[in-house]
Amino acid sequence: MNISLVLAWRNLWRHSRRTWLTVGAMIFSNILLVFLISLQFAMYDMMVSNGLQMFTGHLQVQHEKWLDEPRIENSFKPSSKFIESIEAMPGIIGVAPRAEGFVLASSKERSYGIQVMGVMPESEKAISSVPGFVRSGHYLTAGDKPEIVLGSILARNLKIGLGDELTIFGSARDGSSAAAILKVVGIFDSGLSDLDRMLTQIHLQQFNDIFFMQGDIHRLVVLSDDPDTILPLQQSIESLPILPKHSVVRDWNQLQPELQQAIQSDLASSWFMYIVLIVLVAFSVLNTQLMSVLERTKEFGIMMALGLSSWRLGKLVMLETILMASLGLIIGVSLGVCLVMYLQHAGFSYPGMDEMAAKFNLPSEIFPSVSLFTASLGPGLVFAASVLAAIYPSVRLHRLQVVQAMRAP
Amino acid sequence: MKTKVVMILAWRNLWRNYRRTFVMLAAVTVGVWAMIFMSALMRGMVDQMALNALETFVGHIQIHQQDYRSDPSIVNSMPSPDAQFQETLDESVAWTERVRVPAVINSERESRGVTLMGIDPQREAAMSFIADGIVEGRYLENSEDKGVIIGAKLAQKLDTRLGKRIVIMSQDPQNNIVDKGARIVGIYKASLSATEERFVFMDINIAQKFLGMSNQISEIEVRGENFRKLDSLNAQIQQQISARPEQELESATWVELDSYLDTMLGVMDGFVLVWMIVVFIALSFGLINTLIMAVFERTREIGLMLALGMRPKYILNQVVLESIFLLALGLFAGTSLAWLSIKPLESGIDLSVVAEGMAMMGAGSTLYPSLTVKDMLTANVVVITLGLLASLFPAWRASRLQPVNAMNVS
Repeated sequence: MNISLVLAWRNLWRHSRRTWLTVGAMIFSNILLVFLISLQFAMYDMMVSNGLQMFTGHLQVQHEKWLDEPRIENSFKPSSKFIESIEAMPGIIGVAPRAEGFVLASSKERSYGIQVMGVMPESEKAISSVPGFVRSGHYLTAGDKPEIVLGSILARNLKIGLGDELTIFGSARDGSSAAAILKVVGIFDSGLSDLDRMLTQIHLQQFNDIFFMQGDIHRLVVLSDDPDTILPLQQSIESLPILPKHSVVRDWNQLQPELQQAIQSDLASSWFMYIVLIVLVAFSVLNTQLMSVLERTKEFGIMMALGLSSWRLGKLVMLETILMASLGLIIGVSLGVCLVMYLQHAGFSYPGMDEMAAKFNLPSEIFPSVSLFTASLGPGLVFAASVLAAIYPSVRLHRLQVVQAMRAP
Repeated sequence: MKTKVVMILAWRNLWRNYRRTFVMLAAVTVGVWAMIFMSALMRGMVDQMALNALETFVGHIQIHQQDYRSDPSIVNSMPSPDAQFQETLDESVAWTERVRVPAVINSERESRGVTLMGIDPQREAAMSFIADGIVEGRYLENSEDKGVIIGAKLAQKLDTRLGKRIVIMSQDPQNNIVDKGARIVGIYKASLSATEERFVFMDINIAQKFLGMSNQISEIEVRGENFRKLDSLNAQIQQQISARPEQELESATWVELDSYLDTMLGVMDGFVLVWMIVVFIALSFGLINTLIMAVFERTREIGLMLALGMRPKYILNQVVLESIFLLALGLFAGTSLAWLSIKPLESGIDLSVVAEGMAMMGAGSTLYPSLTVKDMLTANVVVITLGLLASLFPAWRASRLQPVNAMNVS
């Protein structure tokens, strides 16, 4: 066995209490980092996937002006061949056309300005979780009936229930007036107050007739089974020769920039905290190793007199640090992974999480999962910082004067 | 006398191994700085959220007709407060009455659903951001002012601008659709673009006439001195409300109106404390280590002191004091550093890169760190208290040394 390694290992246990305290600081930070980073990434994943599966989808084909000016005339006409070729691409869960118009909706007692959305019920069910949130009545059925489903808050505000009639009045695509009487067949409760307060859905064909769309739509929503392959998917849709005129493909980052930004700002503040923890561990290591070098001045002096180079001694100190850091890494990561795996079954929540989770479209309990990345990122940095902190004590050895050092107490 | 000697010994001991002391001091300084700095950023964010919410027509206390909150319709309006009620309201810092109904706004090209606010221009200016938010045109002038004010974002969506006419549609108390043309006399900006899209303002008298609601109003908003201490003001208002059972009124503080905000404020308090404790634990390993080493190096000396008759109590005090001196120095340095680093940032940190993400959380795109005495004190108290606890173990060990054995250590 390597003599340096044996020497380093034995040196560590000359002051076992000190070594354990330093390793303890590493273990504490590592458990915390594994736990927090796993939790964080689980939350981001859920925010993104819940948020997009709810309504937005991963990609949307839109009229080029729709994003900035969502007006009824900014529409386009996708050929059925175009939709079919997207559906045929690998990993596609569904493609759903939507058209939107603004109307004044009146029930017997109340009137509200609302957005009406024309959808194809079967395609919509594949790409959006809204149809699954219908709590009373049912979602739009196949066939082309004058039916409407709406959010629970809107239903309450309009004082309208299942089977009641809703009169809508607005302007059609050509500027003429659009009016219809629709029957409420379903009320959904998604838990997202924006959707529950604003969203209403009717059959796309009905919408087409009421708003004189002549087959035009406003968006084509695409949901994929792998969020990581969005970019190539976007490129292959864009390169289809039958891409409708005036339409563009937008990814969820453009459609819902707040999602990515909320994650970014959360990441920034978490990294501040992680770095502070890591720096504190580094100080702990620096302190320990500096002490252990200083108290061994005499010993090192003798070793140098016997012919060991200061470079070799420096390596010894680094080796000690690496051994210590490895101990912290192995124990810390093991305990951290155990903690996360326990929470993966038991779930994690804290007081007040309900309210915050609802705001970010999350369940009120998080089940974090551990991956190689989330388990190794934080502890890896702790390891690196510990080794960096030992550089100063080992470089100090080069200043050692053999004779003086041997005379040290 | 003895105390003084122990203090001098502790202080001198601290500097016997100045390198170790400096490393530990640096660690405590960084830790304390991080505690206070992070707290100030978090507090700043939550304060901003509270300010945004409270200035965006939530206010401190609101008074409504009982059904208005679940059904914000013109049907559920209430009479303007009478003289006696006004007397109570005048005891607050400011109050105002409003008409607040859902409406549809039509420009030449587009329509949108909005919330129409009929406001008293003078009173409103003291309550919300709107009077200061005008970026183009002017604020409403007097009760004869027939103009409307809309948000910059709404103007963009409606493809309209200052001086153009728009048509506002809503319902009267009998559920008849009423509409009214008006000229845009002002455009405002708000910290959240959702606010700009949602609220349209006109004079309250004009709105009442247009909606056919005579002297009825939708809500009264009251501002107290401190949004965390509203109980006595709310109690007075409750009294006035129960004196008028026929009007079926209710009052609600912002805690009930915006439960997300209330939760966030609570979660932040918890977060700040947890963060401080976590940082301390990370520090404590180094602190205990330092003390154990310090005691270890001095085993002989401590044995000698004990042999000469120093009571174990003083050995314990000596080690604890050494630790407290170290922490106190670190706290002083860390707190000063935090103060120095936050002061220049108080004019605001620009976060417009992630503006929409911040809006999702309810905060604006500029973060104003808020350094509070309370957080600085908490950090100091946490470090000193837990530091005392952490140093008891090595100190106790030192005081229990057997003089003979200790003196024989080489």
